[in-house]
Amino acid sequence: MFPAAFDYRSTASLDEALALLAEHGDAAKVMAGGQSLIPLLKLRFAQPGLLVDIGRLKGMSGVGRHDGWMTIGALTRHVDLERGHDLPRQLSLLPEAAHWIADPLVRNQGTIGGSVCHADPSGDWGSVVLALDADLVARSAKGERVIHAADFFQGPFTTALRPDEVLTEIRVASSSKPSAGAYNKLERKVGDFATVAVAVQIELDGNKVSKAGIGLTAVGPTNVKATAAEKALVGREPTDAVIAEVARLAAAAAEPKDDVRGSAEFKKDVVRVYVQRGLKTALARAKEARA
Amino acid sequence: MKVSMKVNGIERGGDVEPRVLLVDFLRTNLRQTGTHIGCDTTSCGACTVLLDGEPVKSCTLLAVQVQGRSVTTVEGLAQGATLSPMQAGFHEEHGLQCGFCTPGMMLVGTALLDRNPNPTEDEIRWAISGNICRCTGYMNIVKAIQYAAKAKASVPAAVGAVAGGE
Repeated sequence: MFPAAFDYRSTASLDEALALLAEHGDAAKVMAGGQSLIPLLKLRFAQPGLLVDIGRLKGMSGVGRHDGWMTIGALTRHVDLERGHDLPRQLSLLPEAAHWIADPLVRNQGTIGGSVCHADPSGDWGSVVLALDADLVARSAKGERVIHAADFFQGPFTTALRPDEVLTEIRVASSSKPSAGAYNKLERKVGDFATVAVAVQIELDGNKVSKAGIGLTAVGPTNVKATAAEKALVGREPTDAVIAEVARLAAAAAEPKDDVRGSAEFKKDVVRVYVQRGLKTALARAKEARA
Repeated sequence: MKVSMKVNGIERGGDVEPRVLLVDFLRTNLRQTGTHIGCDTTSCGACTVLLDGEPVKSCTLLAVQVQGRSVTTVEGLAQGATLSPMQAGFHEEHGLQCGFCTPGMMLVGTALLDRNPNPTEDEIRWAISGNICRCTGYMNIVKAIQYAAKAKASVPAAVGAVAGGE
């Protein structure tokens, strides 16, 4: 299988890439690692006229900190996050989720930014950025803007990015309070898309939850932010009863479909169980952070 | 479009359309057919090569993406007539049946031992989790990689002796 013909430019700077996008608009497609895009090109689901390869740009990968933010460069590969043993505990969700993405070979080449922009509702990073309540930094030739994760995913494979924009960075506000997350995924085999996966992130203030994020994978037209469930957790002490109620609300937010991976009813129940399980893990991790 | 890369240490080049996949460039342009095409859908790992030392799927990379980089294929493992420790392991432990997945398995095994010379069985199984053996010969593939780890830990001369001792 080979893709339909396209023109190809490997860009040496972000400005060069942005100029190409400004010129070609919708006819151009940005490629980072290519691990989602190349399969689509081969199946001819995507047939761009121009491929703008940003995979070699310097300075757009790695985890850093500035001005109260923890930043993840869009070109950070899954494998680099998976091996991110030195990440702050607040970002412990990242290596745990990365470990579940595709398989080790794909993780060596694919990037977090590419995956987020691909916006597959079965993608893992979408739920993670929703749970982390991350900000996504988009650049175009005209300037920079910040898109909240909650506003980013607009439909299957559709994001708030304009055709002339490139996602450059994912930001998470640094917290001085005990904060941790967890990722649980059900898959039939390594490399399969999720049957269901759930990302959770919590911040504790004393005995109460001061922030909560819950992102759901493969149970809707986009990655789903379980907003009502998050609200039901914030400001409360996370007792077993509260967690059970939050898990029920999250399951209610899921809109899975019957398919070869399971019935909608089954998947909703997996959401409930994984939210419960994830919250208990995250809670234990956050308490460990406090100790 | 002109493309050049190092393949098994030798500078190679060609003139390809941007849509040409690395695996096709290797097999068709360079006539290096040790890299196999299995599923062609990023699932099976038969097309595994090492890109700057790390295993990737060459059916899911464009040849032009690899411009200026370094690729190792299965043809690059042996040193002349001497098998690499990984190849010797697959020979000694019957790590292959039909042989179709073997180039990929040996390359992920090689990359694993470069990073982690003494992996646990779990770590080996995790490392090969992106490569499918349709003969289901995983038990012996794991043993072959364990054999290679032990062989590498001993003196290199002994590895040659084992490999040549048919």
